[in-house]
Amino acid sequence: MPEGVDNVIVVGASLAGVRAAETLRKDGHVGPLVVIGAEHHTPYDRPPLSKEVLTSTVEPDLSLRAVAAGLDVDLRLGLSATALRAEARELDLSDGTTLRFDGLVVATGCRARTLPGTEDIQRVLTLRTLDDARRLRRLLAEGARRVLVVGGGFIGLEVAASCRSLRCQVTLVEPLDQPLVRILGPEVGLAVADLHRSNGVDVRVGVGVAAVEALGDANAGVSVELTTGERVEADVVVVGIGVIPNTSWLEGSGLRVEDGVLCDETTLAAPGVVAAGDVARWPNPLFGETMRVEHWEHALDMASHAARRLMAGSAPGEPYAPVPWFWSDQYDRKIQFAGRSHPGDRTVVVDGTVGGDRFCVLYGDGERVTGVLGVNMAARVVRYRKAIAEGMAWGDLA
Amino acid sequence: MRVVVDYDLCESNAVCMGIAPEVFEVRDDDLLYVLQEHPDESFRERMELAVARCPKQAISIED
Repeated sequence: MPEGVDNVIVVGASLAGVRAAETLRKDGHVGPLVVIGAEHHTPYDRPPLSKEVLTSTVEPDLSLRAVAAGLDVDLRLGLSATALRAEARELDLSDGTTLRFDGLVVATGCRARTLPGTEDIQRVLTLRTLDDARRLRRLLAEGARRVLVVGGGFIGLEVAASCRSLRCQVTLVEPLDQPLVRILGPEVGLAVADLHRSNGVDVRVGVGVAAVEALGDANAGVSVELTTGERVEADVVVVGIGVIPNTSWLEGSGLRVEDGVLCDETTLAAPGVVAAGDVARWPNPLFGETMRVEHWEHALDMASHAARRLMAGSAPGEPYAPVPWFWSDQYDRKIQFAGRSHPGDRTVVVDGTVGGDRFCVLYGDGERVTGVLGVNMAARVVRYRKAIAEGMAWGDLA
Repeated sequence: MRVVVDYDLCESNAVCMGIAPEVFEVRDDDLLYVLQEHPDESFRERMELAVARCPKQAISIED
């Protein structure tokens, strides 16, 4: 550890925060290491929340392996950061105390976006935290059968698939032309919609929510008016319309906040301050694009990189240049995507047929291949991911 | 060092294959094959990364 970075605070105790702490210790940070987590739960893994936590008879073990193995940190749960003064290197906490630090890792993640006006309706839920997932699981166990999913993103689609496996009656509304259209394009988006339709979900695209009304007390259902004028009654409504970075505590901190904490290409946000995970925005030199990535693996990798950047002190630091990757399990399909895609991308199907059991599609601009989608084609995604990291051009396609 | 895969957990995401194709291979049958159960010590850092990055926490190392 360079001179002067012996006291480190990690704000955020989910995957990125825990991984940052683990990396700091593994790479030789021996000084004080405080990890602050807003939730009361021991740090846990989130991907199962929309899947196994809802569908298993017994709640699966969600503990993060690094925590289970014993992290040598001062873990303070149920506590959040309320203000930061980056230049003075001071952090205010929700219990009224102020901590000084030499190094700070910002890993506060995101929170679920809510449907305006529904925050007080008990049967309208978002799904981000373990408490959210347990609430939904309890409602389903208590007999909620009619589920309305608002938003055809990954959370909404996974919840729809999980609820179908529980034999619920599921309606999913997506305001855009297809689910996932902005990431995967209209063709693959339609294939995803059809996958859900063939599994019994009533998928309605180009449809939003106009109004939501509770039908009586907390135990009663909800009536939802759609933008088409139709009404749908549901026992529970799950809202999956994206997330908002948790940055309100950074107002006046000296950090730049623009839909996330803006970092340089090495993950440094200010001297002695790095950010990681889905709260962080940084210029990824591999794609020449400033991005914020909300994936599980990214949280791990960026946190390791940020921890090492912090330990490098005033040395220049390495750029962080990953090919982001994620997976989503829906029914018997393993959907994986690596890289980047943009509306209007050129796409080429390199294996199978879109909509089939297994297929692989490349995405890119006029010259370069920047993204790969695989449905039940994990090995193919791995190989193209490597090629994308090496700057694959369309001309490299054999 | 011995690489152990819990096949009850493994879902063939192939992340490990991306990190160490000499050790892990997901084939067209969508199953993971461990090509070297006892990889050389020079693989340790990559094995630790494979352990950490496995979305199902299905890989472990035994010494």
